[in-house]
Amino acid sequence: MSSQRIPGWINYAVVPLANILMAFFVSALVFVYVGVDPIDAAKVMWEGAFGYSEGWGYTLYYATGFIFTGLAVSIAFHCQLFNIGGEGQAYFAGLGVALVSLYLGDVLPFWLMMPLLIIAAGLFGAGWAFIPAYLQAKRGSHIVITTIMFNFIAASIMAYFLVEVLKPPMSMAPESAVFPVSSWIPKMHDFLGAFGYEMTATPLNLTFIFGLICAVLVWFFLWNTRWGYEIRAQGFNPSAAKYAGIDPIKITLLTMAVSGMLAGFFALNTLSGDMHQLKLNYVAGFGFTGIAVSLMGRNHPVGIVLASILFGFLYQGGAELAFEFPGIDSKIIVVLQGLIILFSGALEYMFKPSIEKLYLKATGWRADKEEAQNA
Amino acid sequence: MTDSYAIELQGIDKKFGDVHANKAIDLQVRKGSIHGIVGENGAGKSTLMSIIYGFYRADAGHIRINGKEVRINGSQDAIAAGIGMVHQHFMLVENFTVLENVMLGTEGGAALDKGKVAARAELERLERDYGLEVDPDAIIEELPVGLQQRVEILKALYRGAEILILDEPTGVLTPQETEHLFKILKALRDQGTTVILITHKLREIMAVTDHVSVMRQGGMVAHVDTVDTDRNALAELMVGRKVRFTVDRIAHEAGDVRLKVENLVVEREGVRLINDLSFEVRAGEILGVAGVSGNGQSLLMKVLAGIEGFTSGKITLNGHELLPTTTTSPLVVREMGVGHVPEDRHKMGLINKFDAKEAFIMGYHKSDKYNKGWLQDKKFIRQDTQEKMTTWDVRPDDPDLKTASFSGGNQQKIVIAREVEKNPDVFLVGQPTRGVDIGAIEFIHKRVMDMRNEGKAVLLVSVELDEIMSLSDRIVVMYAGNIVGELKAEAADEKTLGLMMANIMPDDVDTTVKESAHE
Repeated sequence: MSSQRIPGWINYAVVPLANILMAFFVSALVFVYVGVDPIDAAKVMWEGAFGYSEGWGYTLYYATGFIFTGLAVSIAFHCQLFNIGGEGQAYFAGLGVALVSLYLGDVLPFWLMMPLLIIAAGLFGAGWAFIPAYLQAKRGSHIVITTIMFNFIAASIMAYFLVEVLKPPMSMAPESAVFPVSSWIPKMHDFLGAFGYEMTATPLNLTFIFGLICAVLVWFFLWNTRWGYEIRAQGFNPSAAKYAGIDPIKITLLTMAVSGMLAGFFALNTLSGDMHQLKLNYVAGFGFTGIAVSLMGRNHPVGIVLASILFGFLYQGGAELAFEFPGIDSKIIVVLQGLIILFSGALEYMFKPSIEKLYLKATGWRADKEEAQNA
Repeated sequence: MTDSYAIELQGIDKKFGDVHANKAIDLQVRKGSIHGIVGENGAGKSTLMSIIYGFYRADAGHIRINGKEVRINGSQDAIAAGIGMVHQHFMLVENFTVLENVMLGTEGGAALDKGKVAARAELERLERDYGLEVDPDAIIEELPVGLQQRVEILKALYRGAEILILDEPTGVLTPQETEHLFKILKALRDQGTTVILITHKLREIMAVTDHVSVMRQGGMVAHVDTVDTDRNALAELMVGRKVRFTVDRIAHEAGDVRLKVENLVVEREGVRLINDLSFEVRAGEILGVAGVSGNGQSLLMKVLAGIEGFTSGKITLNGHELLPTTTTSPLVVREMGVGHVPEDRHKMGLINKFDAKEAFIMGYHKSDKYNKGWLQDKKFIRQDTQEKMTTWDVRPDDPDLKTASFSGGNQQKIVIAREVEKNPDVFLVGQPTRGVDIGAIEFIHKRVMDMRNEGKAVLLVSVELDEIMSLSDRIVVMYAGNIVGELKAEAADEKTLGLMMANIMPDDVDTTVKESAHE
């Protein structure tokens, strides 16, 4: 009953904020323990991530990756499917991007390459998610197990391709050749430079804009189309969905394909936008962190974009931290991330009741006062 | 004076935010009596009992047990004060034996042997004293619901309960089981136990209680001795206005057969759940399907609605023939002109987290009406929902409100409105008034009857015999996947139907309908 009176912003802003603050507070204790002044550390991280345009660029570059993997997890989650395979889907999508870039990049012009790259990344990601989805829908193999296994299979296949197929003849490193320039997604600093805005060179590229567009499209898809309606119905109440004539098999396949496609777009940001070649393990855990991003962003596109920026800040700030304080490892950021996941994921409801009570008390007080004034 | 009261409540007050669930409730329950508490859903009965049992704490007021003021901060305090509660939904470990369930939480040590011996002895005593017979070594899930409920009562008594609260205890029982329960309750009362019976079934209040308190909108509106009142008076007190229990039935001949089921068999994992069922429903009549829940009625509805498949037989829906091999789905069936109000609105009819707009398009969400190209036509959906909410008097009439926030009656109105507004020729209705207040029952019954009077073929499945008897033209009774028999509504009474629900075909039943339909 009383939950009706709690406005959305408490749930979507205040509670997550309290969780993050708590995570930062505990992190501060960790910093004190390793002998670093937490205030100094925070300053370094903030300066490093937002203090100058290079920091900004890196922060948003990382954030772009998280937007894709976070959206991928969230859309599956709305259908009550836990897609842990974002890592593998993003990795496998890299193969699609690499093949298109290497074999067509010299032939086709830039404006034709861009849509092709998007299609290739999406298709390879979706394809890699489709197999576990099919096994879940038709055979009942649990999607958590199969997507985890598919991460390993993707890693093996990619290792094979990198060593046996894509590695240039004289090279010793398990990397593909550098992609032709026509398949490079323009960097943000070049793009803005063309309009007269100066920005330091960073890996941030136009995929960021594409990520934001994807977030908006995901929102439209989930809440403004019949397919999104079916996905959410299936997620909330499978037997009601069945009653409504929603085919659980079709909807599982559709959801996972879209989820895999979004994870696949990760390849655009990292490969076409920055590295310009396929490297071993290039996803580097971004797929897994996408789970935390989605969790933190409450599976809502707006929340996911904000959470992505927070995690981008942690990545970039953490790198600066390791740079400034030689004594501490950049892995300290993993601790910070872990705490954020702990507080905003596992302990999500710890502060919720007390915050709601506080709000009700505050507004109740106001209502009494209004009454008194009216009297 | 106060000594003669087992429970005394004084000025119990409880608010949940804006909702004033209990308004200064006073209640006195005499020791060794059966005290009924009636009221519509949301009148505050459950809140009040939860306060007595320690699930909630009252904002204000006093509770006296046996004349002594007590503070109840949790169910342990309530149990210590001698209060036992039998919940509507049983709280039993299904794969434990009766004995293990009874002693759960009071094992009396790490090794079970000693506790088991003591519990067995105590069970035997309870059995002797109150006629609460049940095999202590039976596994719970193998027992019929009536016996499971008895185990719940035993659990409470084993913990030393002198005051027994039963929350809607008869919802899952056959009339005969209900009668047996009432015998037990009377035996308990005669031995000095105080019984509080919460129910919305006025018939039961009249049958078993000594005193009755009526709640309405969070307040106590009347305390009366049962002998001094009757059903109509109680209903009026509950609702606050006169209530009509009967619905207008236009006398007319039934028309063409709209729904025909021939030799329907449904098997699941080798078990025959529906066994060679045949019946038909004509335009302009209501066929009632009675039976204790779990005898195949739910499955039958799902099969007819296209949600589940069947093994053999033939179904003819509004002229469309369905065989086991026909590919069908709820969508296809809907397009054949079938409306379906599912038995369980929470499990099937609605999605709690969807808002009213989304609830109103469920099952029809793919229709061109609600979509514009790739996108949903949100503006039209909202307008359409708003109109239906007004015609069907759904309160509050806010299309953005989450389904879960509506009362049971209004949720059910949403489901029925959605299906009726599509103007189906065949209308499948399951438990249309489960968990719905009297005012809404009146309204829903009228709408179902309207469908019949307009010439629709209505199949009504319900475990409420009153409902079946007041709405149906013909009645079939199901038992273990079979039809026990068929009656004309005029020939049906509670006793006959009750026996048929237990698979006994009474000798004196007028079976003319049955013969003419099948021979």
